Amino acid sequence: MREGRSLAFYLLAGFFGLYVLFLYGPMIVIFALSFQGPQGGMTFPMNGVSTHWFSKLWDGGGIVDIGAAFWRSLELGLVVTVLTAAVSTLAGLAYRRRFPGQNLLFFTAIASLIVPSIVTSLGIALLFRLIDAAVKAGPAWLADSYTTGAGLFTSGLAAHLTWTLPFGLLIMFAIFNRFDGRLEEAARDLGATPWQSFRHVVLPLILPALIGVALFGFTLSWDEIARSSQAIGSDNTLPLQLQALTTTVTTPMIYALGTTTTGVSFVVIALALLGIALLRSRQNRHGSDAGKA
Amino acid sequence: MTNLAQPSDAGTAAASTALAATDAATAPRAARPRGRYGWAPPAWLQALPMALVFALFFVLPLALVAVVSLLDYNDYEIVPAFTLRSYSETFEGCYDQLPGLCTILKTYWTTVELCFAVWAITLVVGFTISYFLAFHVRTLTMQTVLALVCTIPFWTSNVIRMISWIPLLGRNGLVNQALMGSGVVDAPVEWLLYSRFSVVLAFVHLFTFFMVIPIFNSMVRIDKRLIEAAYDAGASGWQTLWNVVIPLCKPGIVIGSIFVVTIVMGDFVTVGVMGGEQIASAGKIIETRLNALQFPPAAANAVILLAATLLIITALTKVVDIRKEL
Repeated sequence: MREGRSLAFYLLAGFFGLYVLFLYGPMIVIFALSFQGPQGGMTFPMNGVSTHWFSKLWDGGGIVDIGAAFWRSLELGLVVTVLTAAVSTLAGLAYRRRFPGQNLLFFTAIASLIVPSIVTSLGIALLFRLIDAAVKAGPAWLADSYTTGAGLFTSGLAAHLTWTLPFGLLIMFAIFNRFDGRLEEAARDLGATPWQSFRHVVLPLILPALIGVALFGFTLSWDEIARSSQAIGSDNTLPLQLQALTTTVTTPMIYALGTTTTGVSFVVIALALLGIALLRSRQNRHGSDAGKA
Repeated sequence: MTNLAQPSDAGTAAASTALAATDAATAPRAARPRGRYGWAPPAWLQALPMALVFALFFVLPLALVAVVSLLDYNDYEIVPAFTLRSYSETFEGCYDQLPGLCTILKTYWTTVELCFAVWAITLVVGFTISYFLAFHVRTLTMQTVLALVCTIPFWTSNVIRMISWIPLLGRNGLVNQALMGSGVVDAPVEWLLYSRFSVVLAFVHLFTFFMVIPIFNSMVRIDKRLIEAAYDAGASGWQTLWNVVIPLCKPGIVIGSIFVVTIVMGDFVTVGVMGGEQIASAGKIIETRLNALQFPPAAANAVILLAATLLIITALTKVVDIRKEL
């Protein structure tokens, strides 16, 4: 139909270019400003180039516990990633067959995506207050040493999972939508047990996409604020600290922190994409050529 | 299947297809994986972990919010007695002030205005970007790369992406420097930052992704022969767009809109940071109440927010469905 590029193409390409500039421009600005000289301020011009604000950041820079928050977020993110990948895979497998309540579960997952995060967060906070009240009303040996059940790896983890699991489930649908069930039948015909056919046939095939699930799990958790806000307990995660710092810190140190956080995100994204690419090429090298022209 | 549904692009393809929730309920079924040897767990058991997480940490908490919104409270704790006090206090004076708007209605009106502005902008921008990716980028590799370029910022911190506007829009920021340098204005423009403008800008910056992916996903499913048929039948580019492409993108548009509307309605972080804590929004009311440890009023506001959000979503699906019924 169209051989040459139309005028519409150039207009749309220009629009796309502007959109990409809009997406990345501000990010590049704070990246540059985080290398601001020691005398430099929050905006341009650059007053020399230095890593002054990064070293100040590593020293703690007068900010409470920013390093601790960093590690807490990382640990929580990793736990969320593993659980999201495992629970989503299981659920994805379940949806290839019928089971009672499958529509209910599906719509609950969708609801968990679209109910405003602060509502879910408040609910989880209330749940843990109720648990606390119940325990404190219980036997003295338990109640005396008990403070609260809410914390990073209880209520915080729960809040993050209500956010990452719907994404994980939807990605799993996408994966199994184009999964060839005959491969499993072949494995079964060759005498594989269900576990063997999962371990040696299904898992290697879905592994690249599973890395995608993990990537979503980690990045969604690493940046989560709204759901964590009421449910994280006494120790803040990094994004919550960052949000608090936006109003109190007035030096380029906050840009250095921003660059560091974004750096971690980029490393994780790069590793995930690299992993996916490697697995794909490995599959192409070792895969069967059956059915190909 | 779609262009993107090739095995070379797990990240974006998974993401894009994932957000197209419409297909999910009709996932194809595999043969029953019950082998002659060994034991396969039943499907309900495989789904159980996910069901438990949602039952315990989503459904139960929502129920608690509803219950607590009906409880009484004093300065420091919840009092276990049923009352409509939280609701009546929230709407206090609303009837007397009519036709003027009371605080809560004003706040909701602001939120809905923000919501509408963000929805309209993200829809137009998201649709245009998707249209370019789906119909003007010819190779799959290029499509994947460009889709990834749009996706990567989504995987980075939202707060960082918000504060990265400060050096651009602040009183001494780049935009003001440029405007004053070129002599367009004499004094710095104040409404660039910590204003409704910056809040809408940040929302568009953060969440256009949620529009692009589902709309793009709908677009790549459109059979190219339909476009050719429209062309052969003498339709102009705009006619094809309006009568063929847009109706076929409807599911993507609805899904994207639902995402954007729910995010903006419930938001308190973006409005807080980009509005300089000066703009009231539905989500911020809840946050303020919670900071004062007033759980029942916070819960009542959460219920109201949820109802408002669902109302908008229902209206949205109705509006879009009307085309089909005509």
